[in-house]
Amino acid sequence: MALTHRSTNLLKPLSAAVPFTSSLRRLFSTDDATAITVETSVPFTGHKCDPPPRTIDTTPKELMTFFRDMATMRRMEIAADSLYKAKLIRGFCHLYDGQEAVAVGMEAAITKKDCIITAYRDHCIFLGRGGTLVEAFAELMGRRDGCSRGKGGSMHFYKKESGFYGGHGIVGAQVPLGIGLAFAQKYSKEEHVAFALYGDGAANQGQLFEALNMAALWDLPAILVCENNHYGMGTAEWRAAKSPAYYKRGDYVPGLKVDGMDAFAVKQACKFAKEHALKNGPIRLWLGSCFVGKVSFELAEKKALLDKILEMDTYRYHGHSMSDPGSTYRTRDEISGVRQERDPLERIRKLILSHDIATEKELKDIEKEIRKEVDEAIAQAKESPMPDSSELFTNVYVKGFGVQSFGADRKEVRAILP
Amino acid sequence: MERDARVCVIGEDVGHYGGSYKVTKDLANKYGDLRVLDTPIAENSFTGMAIGAAMTGLRPIIEGMNMGFLLLAFNQISNNCGMLHYTSGGQFTIPVVIRGPGGVGRQLGAEHSQRLESYFQSIPGIQMVACSTPYNAKGLMKAAIRSENPVILFEHVLLYNLKERIPDEEYVLNLEEAEMVRPGEHITILTYSRMRYHVMQAAKTLVNKGYDPEVIDIRSLKPFDLHTIGNSVKKTHRVLIVEECMRTGGIGASLTTAINENFHDYLDAPVVCLSSQDVPTPYAGTLEEWTVVQPTQIVTAVEQLCH
Repeated sequence: MALTHRSTNLLKPLSAAVPFTSSLRRLFSTDDATAITVETSVPFTGHKCDPPPRTIDTTPKELMTFFRDMATMRRMEIAADSLYKAKLIRGFCHLYDGQEAVAVGMEAAITKKDCIITAYRDHCIFLGRGGTLVEAFAELMGRRDGCSRGKGGSMHFYKKESGFYGGHGIVGAQVPLGIGLAFAQKYSKEEHVAFALYGDGAANQGQLFEALNMAALWDLPAILVCENNHYGMGTAEWRAAKSPAYYKRGDYVPGLKVDGMDAFAVKQACKFAKEHALKNGPIRLWLGSCFVGKVSFELAEKKALLDKILEMDTYRYHGHSMSDPGSTYRTRDEISGVRQERDPLERIRKLILSHDIATEKELKDIEKEIRKEVDEAIAQAKESPMPDSSELFTNVYVKGFGVQSFGADRKEVRAILP
Repeated sequence: MERDARVCVIGEDVGHYGGSYKVTKDLANKYGDLRVLDTPIAENSFTGMAIGAAMTGLRPIIEGMNMGFLLLAFNQISNNCGMLHYTSGGQFTIPVVIRGPGGVGRQLGAEHSQRLESYFQSIPGIQMVACSTPYNAKGLMKAAIRSENPVILFEHVLLYNLKERIPDEEYVLNLEEAEMVRPGEHITILTYSRMRYHVMQAAKTLVNKGYDPEVIDIRSLKPFDLHTIGNSVKKTHRVLIVEECMRTGGIGASLTTAINENFHDYLDAPVVCLSSQDVPTPYAGTLEEWTVVQPTQIVTAVEQLCH
């Protein structure tokens, strides 16, 4: 009976923002007080810094939140895949499934006043920063209710009030912007940090080294996070970089190598990095990879107090983008191997089940509910109209100092002189 | 900088050195190293950094030691500076000022004599202005700093030594307005930056010969001040454009099209455009002189247009 009662609750429609609550016989899911200790899959590797401990305390509520958030992200990306194949999403669509732990773990470690800037694989980070499913899908389909009013597209999601600075198409160009965010934070003397995410492909860009140099020079509270999913589009990392040990680059900057498929490892690393960056300046997080079956412990000596580089070892299941099948440069066995052994969602699921916080059925119900939410969001987004034709010319300029400008369209005539 | 704490300067040698052309002299002593930031030689990144800072609300002024170096930052200027306001659906404004000396100097060589206004003019979302006198330099700079749009302010290497008496009171000029330098009746001569001085020199000769040219310094390179220009064309019916950028795809080319489209009925003769030659600027003094438009060529062109 209690079971039926529970199921009914679970099938009640819930809005995207409401966390999982229900009157469960098992109380733990909203329990914030019981501490559960988890251990990260592998220890951290530090370069010129002492890595944080691998045991982390968490609560049932956090575990359930992680599960829910990651499942939502996973569902959204898979739905985006179908929408793309149905030609409702056009152009480029870069999917993040497999890498959700990075978005969720990072979000758990920071506040909305800290800034995040990333490249074009930004759908899930947008969601993590407080974006809604409707905004995301509407933007992907180019509708008026999208987060950028339909004018940005998949690669240009932004949410200024939550400190999400996008969403950038050109590889590597967001890293100097990220350093600029940190510069502004230092300038205004705020106690916040800026996370600049980039991929292993972008790690070979010159502007990264330039940016790292400047950030280290001026003690900027910047955290550079390399999401190493091992492939720069179709080129494996060992074919693109002489030294794929990305955390060793920019030698003077401390770095941390993290298993990016483990949300708790990511959370711990980001928390550690934030404290470090506020005290000592930039740091690099390398969410770098250990390939399935191979574990590399590369200890590096980075002396710098500033700049931290975090390397996050992670993996994407889809190809680089929707036009890339993802199987010409890697084997299906590899993909399914990672999925079996290191899937972030599965890891959280196992943790929840092993700590008896929810049953298998409850988790499946949550996933069903999320699927429904996503479908509803897509339906709502589909109803949103295309932008009006006048939107073509809005937001090109801000009406600034002086007189009405002609603008590129020459439609407005100059009005008054000041 | 005194009025608004968010204004800062970012560039190479702007701080302790005082600026390669002394534009930011003593500012670092007054405002400190963080507000007048000496950067390493990394144009792409420090331009990106300034744009990122602008996204959060700061108002940086980016200096390119020579405008030509900003070609290295073209991606940041085009994609992130010009387009972010649009692609974010209006969420972010980028109130930066990008400035620096450009133009053909005294035998500086091809790579240091670039005129970038023609390369940047297509970028949607930015405004471009060119100053030519101390008076309009100050006014336009202030307006550019206060503008919410990204503004590229083109200065000229050879004009830094000009001296002029300017008002003590604060004044701000209009970014989108052209300046009437010399009103006249026979022909409209449109120019900007250093060519203004060549035109004025030619004007003296022309007046002696009995012509009455109207000289307008267009100042605003993007968007064009078609109001002032249009009124002038309606009066004189003849247009000569004198510019320093190259013939192909230059400001003059865009301006010619704009005038033809909008004021076709008022023209008695085709618009003539005198620009620099489509060559890399040579080092030799005589060759360099032939690259840019000289006053004698302007006089000849006016005589031909006016018969």
